[in-house]
Amino acid sequence: MADYQSLDIRRRSASTDSSPDVRGAIEVAKLIDVSKCIGCKACQAACMEWNDLRSPIGDNIGVYTNPQDLDPNTWTLMRFTEYENPDGNLEWLIRKDGCMHCSDPGCLKACPSPGAIVQYQNGIVDFISENCIGCTYCVKGCPFNIPRISSVDRKAYKCTLCVDRVSVGQAPACAKSCPTQAIVFGTKADMIAHADERIIDLKTRGFTNAGLYDPPGVGGTHVMYVLHHADSPQLYANLPKDPKISTLVAIWKGGLKVAGLGLMAAAAVGSFFHYVAKGPDEVDDHDEMAAERMKEESDRS
Amino acid sequence: MNMLVSRRGFLGGAGVSLAAASTMGAFGFGAIEQAAAASVRPFKLSRATETRNTCTYCSVACGILVYSLGDNSKNAIRAVVHIEGDPDHPVNRGTLCPKGAGLLDFVHSETRTKYPMVRKPGSDTFERTTWDYALDRIARLMKDDRDKNFVAKNKDGLTVNRWTTTGMLAASASTNETGYLTYKVARAAGMLVLDNQARV
Amino acid sequence: MTNTWMDIKSADVIVIMGGNAAEAHPCGFKWVTEAKAHNNAKLVVVDPRFTRSAALADYYCPIRQGTDIAFLSGVINYLLQNDKLQHEYVKAFTNATFLLKDDYTYSEGLFSGYDEEKRDYDKSSWDYQFGPDGFAMVDPTMQDPRCVFQVLKAHVAQYTPEFVERITGSPKDKFLKVCEYMASTSTPDRSMTSMYALGWTHHSSGAQNIRTMAIIQLLLGNIGTRGGGMNALRGHSNIQGLTDLGLLSNTMPGYLSLPTEKDIDYKTYISKKLFKPQRPGQTSYWQNYGKFFVSLQMAFFGKAATAENNYAYDYLPKLDVIQYDLIRAIELMNQDKMTGYICQGFNPLMSAPDKNKTHAGLSKLKFLVVMDPLQTETARFWENHGEFNDSDPKAIQTEVFELPTTCFAEDEGSLTNSTRWLQWHTPAQDPPYEAKSDIDIMSAIYLRLKALYEKEGGAFPDALLNLTWPYQVAHSPTPDEIAKEVNGYVVDNVPDPTDPTKMLLTAGKQLDTFAQLRDDGTTASGCWIYSGSYTEAGNMMARRSTSDPGEAGIAPKWAWAWPVNRRILYNRASADVKGKAWSEKKKLIEWNGKAWVGFDVPDYGPNVPPQKSVGPFILTEEGVGRIFTKALMRDGPLPVHYEPFESPRINLNSPKIQGNPAGRIFKDDLAKLGKAKDFPYAATTYRLTEHFHFWTKHAKINSALQPQQFVEISEQLAQEKGVVGGDWVRVWSSRGQIKAKAVVTKRIKPLICDGSPVHVVGIPIHWGFMGVAHKGFAANTLGPAVGDANTDTPEFKAFLVNLERITDAPSDAATV
Repeated sequence: MADYQSLDIRRRSASTDSSPDVRGAIEVAKLIDVSKCIGCKACQAACMEWNDLRSPIGDNIGVYTNPQDLDPNTWTLMRFTEYENPDGNLEWLIRKDGCMHCSDPGCLKACPSPGAIVQYQNGIVDFISENCIGCTYCVKGCPFNIPRISSVDRKAYKCTLCVDRVSVGQAPACAKSCPTQAIVFGTKADMIAHADERIIDLKTRGFTNAGLYDPPGVGGTHVMYVLHHADSPQLYANLPKDPKISTLVAIWKGGLKVAGLGLMAAAAVGSFFHYVAKGPDEVDDHDEMAAERMKEESDRS
Repeated sequence: MNMLVSRRGFLGGAGVSLAAASTMGAFGFGAIEQAAAASVRPFKLSRATETRNTCTYCSVACGILVYSLGDNSKNAIRAVVHIEGDPDHPVNRGTLCPKGAGLLDFVHSETRTKYPMVRKPGSDTFERTTWDYALDRIARLMKDDRDKNFVAKNKDGLTVNRWTTTGMLAASASTNETGYLTYKVARAAGMLVLDNQARV
Repeated sequence: MTNTWMDIKSADVIVIMGGNAAEAHPCGFKWVTEAKAHNNAKLVVVDPRFTRSAALADYYCPIRQGTDIAFLSGVINYLLQNDKLQHEYVKAFTNATFLLKDDYTYSEGLFSGYDEEKRDYDKSSWDYQFGPDGFAMVDPTMQDPRCVFQVLKAHVAQYTPEFVERITGSPKDKFLKVCEYMASTSTPDRSMTSMYALGWTHHSSGAQNIRTMAIIQLLLGNIGTRGGGMNALRGHSNIQGLTDLGLLSNTMPGYLSLPTEKDIDYKTYISKKLFKPQRPGQTSYWQNYGKFFVSLQMAFFGKAATAENNYAYDYLPKLDVIQYDLIRAIELMNQDKMTGYICQGFNPLMSAPDKNKTHAGLSKLKFLVVMDPLQTETARFWENHGEFNDSDPKAIQTEVFELPTTCFAEDEGSLTNSTRWLQWHTPAQDPPYEAKSDIDIMSAIYLRLKALYEKEGGAFPDALLNLTWPYQVAHSPTPDEIAKEVNGYVVDNVPDPTDPTKMLLTAGKQLDTFAQLRDDGTTASGCWIYSGSYTEAGNMMARRSTSDPGEAGIAPKWAWAWPVNRRILYNRASADVKGKAWSEKKKLIEWNGKAWVGFDVPDYGPNVPPQKSVGPFILTEEGVGRIFTKALMRDGPLPVHYEPFESPRINLNSPKIQGNPAGRIFKDDLAKLGKAKDFPYAATTYRLTEHFHFWTKHAKINSALQPQQFVEISEQLAQEKGVVGGDWVRVWSSRGQIKAKAVVTKRIKPLICDGSPVHVVGIPIHWGFMGVAHKGFAANTLGPAVGDANTDTPEFKAFLVNLERITDAPSDAATV
């Protein structure tokens, strides 16, 4: 039994108190080397098996991606793209989609429920379901469109990076299972070093734009990709080129209609402390547009 | 600047109102103890029994660790609860493909066979039966056919001792020991129509 | 596999052709990614489809299915024309130097000795010239026009890159690029591995597909070396083991052959198994055949097998046809010549070609027994499942038993993987409900039969009554007891001839190796090649040491490999004529002046000096690798391109001979072959990585990953047919139809063969009417019951279909 105690927690949602910073922690990361991925879906199977989830048995709609999207029982998903490169050769780009475990997690920042989303010192961002109120703000806050709300219990779900395994020194189920070592797990420093080796190999094989995807707009991530075409991440089933944290004007605007002003005022005090301690969360027009778009998408789904 | 602050603050407040879980902590003054409530799912294999096995699917024959409920004590009925790759295995080194990673659902498939069943000629349904009935009946059917159609000598009068009217397909995932015993029984009976799944 | 899975990491070039390892063997494919990442290896994939393996390839070349021999013969031609050979290896380690008989000929698709009536050859001309000393004649200069090297050169001369393109649809530039990759391994320090599976075997010329690549590997010096070899990846978890144990109609354990009725007595039988060495001083290990055979009969029949009764030779059934394989069994059922069928973990309704014929055959049986851990379609063939299985139970008089069995999680014993490792496993839970192990079921059937014969008498009960059954609990032999019997034991003391006070072998002891086997009834072994797996030292198959000296990819103390724990077959050929490794980097074993030492068990006498002309391939009669196979293959000593039995093209190579002239097809199946004018598309069936055969549709996880039956077509064909991805389509052959979703993909492209396009229709096999996935049709409704000339493997990879878009989903009467 591995309870994380407060010392292991870097941040929690809707809480403005500062976290304890005395104890150091090693940051972990999962590195997904798309150039080694065969799209076998072992990661999807292992994720379901370990986490006691069963994706729905859906339909074939003319593609290999199954289920067709992430859902409360599908925390990771292989997305297949057939790409004909400028030389006329086919590349089958297969990206394992799922939570990126951002250093600056948009979901956590958007979450209004205290302690429903936590970030551990090792970088893992986890949803604490009993605290989740199903408000969907995390969905809107996420620049990668990852969390999904269960229609059964109205709670948000996503990849935990198998925090229960990591907490006892095991790799996440998906990383362990991967037959081709397309997924590796370790300290973030080691993963960056491993990625460097892979990028050199890819460059010798003609992928001059090979590179690491560890987007600075979200402070870096604890799930990173090696891409053969790091200059065009959108090729990989619309992986965002430059994701940013968003404080979501959309939510702010939408929220006005339902929220009590008194509560708002009280919360603002807390936020002030938060601001003093941690600095502002920048937001720009691009983010607002992105947020609107994601909100629409999440409303549709 | 103020805009940014209040916007962030609003989100916190709205959450509280939706949750109707107004506590001191929720207003942002939370005691640090609150955080301790956040706990991860307990590691489910701590005292499960670990058995080394081989994946039943393809011929790579990956090593697997099968975890069963209970510690093998008399009153704990073992049930497989999780399967993952055996890190010691020289070929798979702990990895598994989607088939291997889903082995648990083969073991506990809803459509596993559970009881001996028999379907009578012309019937549109299987009926549950007993092992004794099934095995006695199968042996009888085999012997009747063998006695009727066994060829001891061919047309040239040479001893051929063959039985070609009852055949057998041997398994593809059963053990060598099963295969060898099957071979002994089939050949001692003179069976020639014997094949395995090597081709298909 | 000649080599190990881990050994692939030492390859410089990896060719995946006739298989799709990433899809079907992902955890073995790991070693391909390892070779790429750490050995700068190049992966080349040749396949009609851009597969999951192709997704990681450095080079992909398309090919029309069923034309691999044309492609590979073109590669041989390239190697010979451009002198890309490992010369010393070819000269010393292959039969390239051997002279062939003058009456051996090949012309216009036929070899000498063809009998059109029998669709078979008189193979007597397919042989070497023998000198007055009785040994085969050789020309070390390889200049004699009758030497194998020159004959091969002439044989492949017509397969120019242009001709290859016309037949295969592989663009000339891509074909040549593949040639260059392969040719780069002709140097002694580079090696290429060939990874293949059903993509080569599921053809009417399946065995010859593999032969063609084997010739390439011999010319390049890639057999017996690290990172080289011919690697048959195989299918099921223990199909290697069940084949080793002889569970085929015409074999016995350890690749001994079951006698035919032409072997009128033991003497005749054994006289054909002398395997006389064909070169002076050379070893031919199969000369020990008699020792293996007698020891096997001792294991089966114990004291009832005596020198006087030729070790119970008459107890064995004698074949009247070449083999009683699955396709023949179904043919016999249809001819009302079969009464009963027992399926042990095998689902022929789904697995056999021409499902409607299988269904009709099963319907004619008196009884059917299915032993399986899952509810198979075969056990329920009589049930009506609407369009998916349109049966009329009332009309089917077959008595059917479905017996629940244990699965891997509940049983104990060994499984042999594709790299010949015997690995032992133990159960993790008790059998669920009333499931029994296959061992217990087979024992129960045997003991009942025996009791009936003891009581009632009947047809030739001798073999049944005298079968050894030394197990402590007769109705439930333990895996350990059986494994010990398979390994072999000493029946009677064998005194040491040099010192009568000592015993060479002591009665009751486990044997250490098959070298101890004798042909006088003093030893018993249930499978000679497994001898050494369970010795006095214990169960070698349960070993778990992870050590791997030199990181050679050998792991010699993990489990146990046949033969004699040797991990890389023909490894003598990893060293040159003098016994020195061809390259330091690729060192496997070497001669140190006294013995062969290194990482693996030598495939050679451990103390036999390299100067002795024993021959590097001790299991062959000629002691060398065979470029020319004499009379060993039914359809020719060298490979020839023929078209599949159903093909969209005429055979450009020999217009008079369209399909393999020795391929087997029954009359009714011949009549059902479709013509290209009615069925214009080239179909191929295959596996997906998310599923295993017809098993994982019973598992929820896998069913979620690929929930529903589909076929794959190119964007071009889709446009012609007005199909978009996700539409329903109907696919039909002359034997039946299926309905499936369409996946429209850039990964399949029309192949331009001789100037016009051939459209490929890809058909994954995994669905059926039982399980938790969407119901689907048996993909094998479509394929023909054509057998490969040598193995009778069905031609699932190349046949003809038609296709159209439909608007309605198939209906399932059973759920309406």
